[in-house]
This record gives sequence, structure tokens and C-alpha cells, in this order.
Amino acid sequence: MIPLHYYLILSAVVFAIGVIGVLVRRNLIVVLMSIELMLNAVNLTFIAFSRYLGSAVGQVAVFFVLAVAAAEAVIGLAIIISVFRQRQSLDPQDMQLLKW
Amino acid sequence: MDFSTLVFFLLAGLLVLSSLLVVFLRNVVHCALALVSALLIIAILFVTLHAPMLGVLQVMIYAGAIMVLFLFVIMFLNPAVLERTGTLWWSTATVLALLFGGLLVPLFFNNEVAGDPVASTELFGSPEMLAKSLFNDFVLPFEIASVLLLVAIVGAVVLAKRERAVR
Repeated sequence: MIPLHYYLILSAVVFAIGVIGVLVRRNLIVVLMSIELMLNAVNLTFIAFSRYLGSAVGQVAVFFVLAVAAAEAVIGLAIIISVFRQRQSLDPQDMQLLKW
Repeated sequence: MDFSTLVFFLLAGLLVLSSLLVVFLRNVVHCALALVSALLIIAILFVTLHAPMLGVLQVMIYAGAIMVLFLFVIMFLNPAVLERTGTLWWSTATVLALLFGGLLVPLFFNNEVAGDPVASTELFGSPEMLAKSLFNDFVLPFEIASVLLLVAIVGAVVLAKRERAVR
């Protein structure tokens, strides 16, 4: 049987890749996709712990993460559309109105 | 090495590969397709971890609904211009993220969690078990989640609505 550590390492690797995406990409849509990737890495951790501890709570937590991720994607994409209408650009570097 | 370990390593390699493709491909549509494959692989991992209900939900909600939304927005905005790449910035951020990953390494080696999974019953991961837990212990978060989804719908409509030219 696969040890729990393998799942934790896999999800940490995927999470770190998602962090790279959020830091590096200059396209708001891809930044949002990287956030989805990070959420899924966390989901994998929840499910692995739920399996290895024999508890249903992890699966319920993943259920709520799915609901919140759906809401987050919808609102994020709506904000992207509205920003694109204002600035004709998807580059986060162009959004500096509040920057000091 | 038995069969399940082999399957795990195969899925893990594919998952890491497709996550790298999500981050490092330059065309946004290709990124979205790589994300779909990553989400499907995670759904398969859920099924191998005795969570078939959540695997199905993952495919339906993520690979179905959310990715269709992403593709619609990509087609709607049509970001044909490829983004600029700065090598310095890319390498700095990659090193930072690797350091962040290294920060998590010691966590893997505390052995307080049992190495072997609890023997699972027939019910584990079934819709029945999920529903019992959800509607007995987590009723209030469930209702709050429904309100959250309603707020998200209304907010998305308001945000994406075409503005009248009032200025």
C-alpha cells in the first residue's frame, strides 16, 4: 500500500507549481487557473488524510472547497471581464490604480 | 512494486507534467486544456483513495462547469497577444517557489500519522456516508455555502453586465 507521505509530497509539488504560476504569469486568466490548481492540491491532501484516518470529515471539507472554488472562479472571471472592458488588457502589471 | 503503487507513480508523473504545462505554456487555450487533464487525473486519484463520489463531483464541477466557464471567457476576450516574458522575474519566482516547497519537506517525515490506511468499510466514500455527515454535522456550513453560491451568481451578473454610457 502507498504510504501517506507520497500523497503529501505529490500535493506539495502541485501546490508549489501553482504558486509559481501565480507569481510568474502575466495573464489574469492563467493566474486564476493556477489558483484552481492550488485548490486541487489541497483537496488531494484532504482526501488522502480522510482515507488514512478513516474519517468522513475530509471528504465533507473537499465538498465545501468545491463549492467555494466554483464561486471564486465565477466572481474572478466576472472581474476579469470587467477589467478587460476598462483597460483592454489582461496584464496584472497594468492594474496599478491603487499602487502608491 | 505492486500494481497500485505503479498506478500511483504513473498518475503522479502525469499530474506533475500537466501542472507544469498549465504554468509554462504560453497559449492560454493550451493552458486550459492542460488544466483539464490535471483535474481529471486528480479525480482518478480520488477514486483510488476510496472517494468515488467526490471523484464524480470533481469531473462534473471542475472539468465540466468551471473549465467551460474558463474557455468561454478565453474565447470572449480573445487574448491573442502573447504575454511578455522576463527571464529574471521567471527564475526568481521559480527559485522562491522551490524554497517554499522545501519548507514543506520536514512535514512529510513526522510519523505521527499511521502509515497504513484504516480498513475501509463498504460504505466509505459512498454518497450515503457523505450525505449523513453533511446533513448531521455540517448543516449550517451547507446552508451558508448555498447562500454563498447565490451571492456569487448575483455578483457575477452585476460585475459582467455591460455598463450604460453615463459619463
